[in-house]
Amino acid sequence: MANAKEMKEVLLGPVFANNPIALQVLGICSALAVTSSLKNALIMSLALTVVTAFSSLFISLIRNHIPSSVRIIVQMTIIASLVIVVDQTLQAFVYATAKELTVFVGLIITNCIVMGRAEAYAMKSPPLMSFLDGIGNGLGYSVVLLTIGFVRELFGAGALFGVEILPLVSDGGWYQPMGLLIMPFSSFFLVGFFIWVLRTYKKDQVEAKA
Amino acid sequence: MEHYLSLFVKAVFIENLALSFFLGMCTFLAVSKKVTTSFGLGVAVIFVLGVAVPVNNIVYHAVLAPGALEWLGFPEADLSFLKFLTFIGVIAALVQILEMTLDKFFPALYNALGIFLPLITVNCAIFGAVAFMVERNYNLGESVVFGIGSGVGWALAIVLLAGLREKMKYADIPDGLRGLGITFITVGLMGFGFLSFSGISL
Repeated sequence: MANAKEMKEVLLGPVFANNPIALQVLGICSALAVTSSLKNALIMSLALTVVTAFSSLFISLIRNHIPSSVRIIVQMTIIASLVIVVDQTLQAFVYATAKELTVFVGLIITNCIVMGRAEAYAMKSPPLMSFLDGIGNGLGYSVVLLTIGFVRELFGAGALFGVEILPLVSDGGWYQPMGLLIMPFSSFFLVGFFIWVLRTYKKDQVEAKA
Repeated sequence: MEHYLSLFVKAVFIENLALSFFLGMCTFLAVSKKVTTSFGLGVAVIFVLGVAVPVNNIVYHAVLAPGALEWLGFPEADLSFLKFLTFIGVIAALVQILEMTLDKFFPALYNALGIFLPLITVNCAIFGAVAFMVERNYNLGESVVFGIGSGVGWALAIVLLAGLREKMKYADIPDGLRGLGITFITVGLMGFGFLSFSGISL
């Protein structure tokens, strides 16, 4: 049985030390387009964390019964079913946000974090640990998403969660918003800088000279 | 004809899957170190998109769309909530069939594309394009054009990025930014460049 220290490591390791986006280059696909506001980023993070955690749990539960030749299909089916549940829930309770996220909720299916954790961890670990590993990686993803969403909404639109923080010039305030940050590709610069800061702080993640 | 042409141009440049929707990013960043490999992957993506989007279009309109099962006697059936599961299944099956067909009939092409084909199943660009096709209500002809067009756009973007990265080997980059960090920033700048296409009105 796993002890408490190991569980903590599995849960918190992916947040900074082994971040799925910044170090493993996984799951960027759907991450960047949805971060223009903090609310969308939060909902997307929650959705992904739930899917990763439960898909890891279920795959781990049946890992000894899956023939390895069809394992990808089995994993896909489990993940896709979970995403359908999440998608229907979002449409039922936060319809407006679900519309804004458009296809990106569906894209959780092909998000490499979910598949990657299922393949690399859940296939050979007991259910509880896989569940924690899923939550941990979801948290790592959320940290990046929320940081970017925070910067983009605060400086791009002068608000957080839609509440005005910096009064805009157009509304008689003093803050001139940075239009660049509303553009989807600005999140690339922000992820680049996030990686830079993270790697300055954690030297061991610096890539070797080619 | 003009309509299809403008749809094609739009899919390649203005709504480039990689640079304006960030689809297929994982492979986009991981396989773009050399121009030759990224070209191979690009061709494979064009191929799969050109087949997968129309096939999913047929499946959606024949089985999943609201009222599509009328010929079976279920005029009220609405299976559209199953679309994610169906699409990913269709894509996985298609890639598998494609791999076997190429292996049997076009071994040279198979050897060139071989390692990339399985990767493509989990490439968000394919799934994303299929999802967009449903959301925008394309008909069969449009979906063929859209599939091929967005494939060409994605291939163009990855080959360009690979070219830039090959040159970047000679640059002296700050330690923390080397590798992944600078690649992200490069892609951001490319997105900037592609933004200029959005001024084109068709």
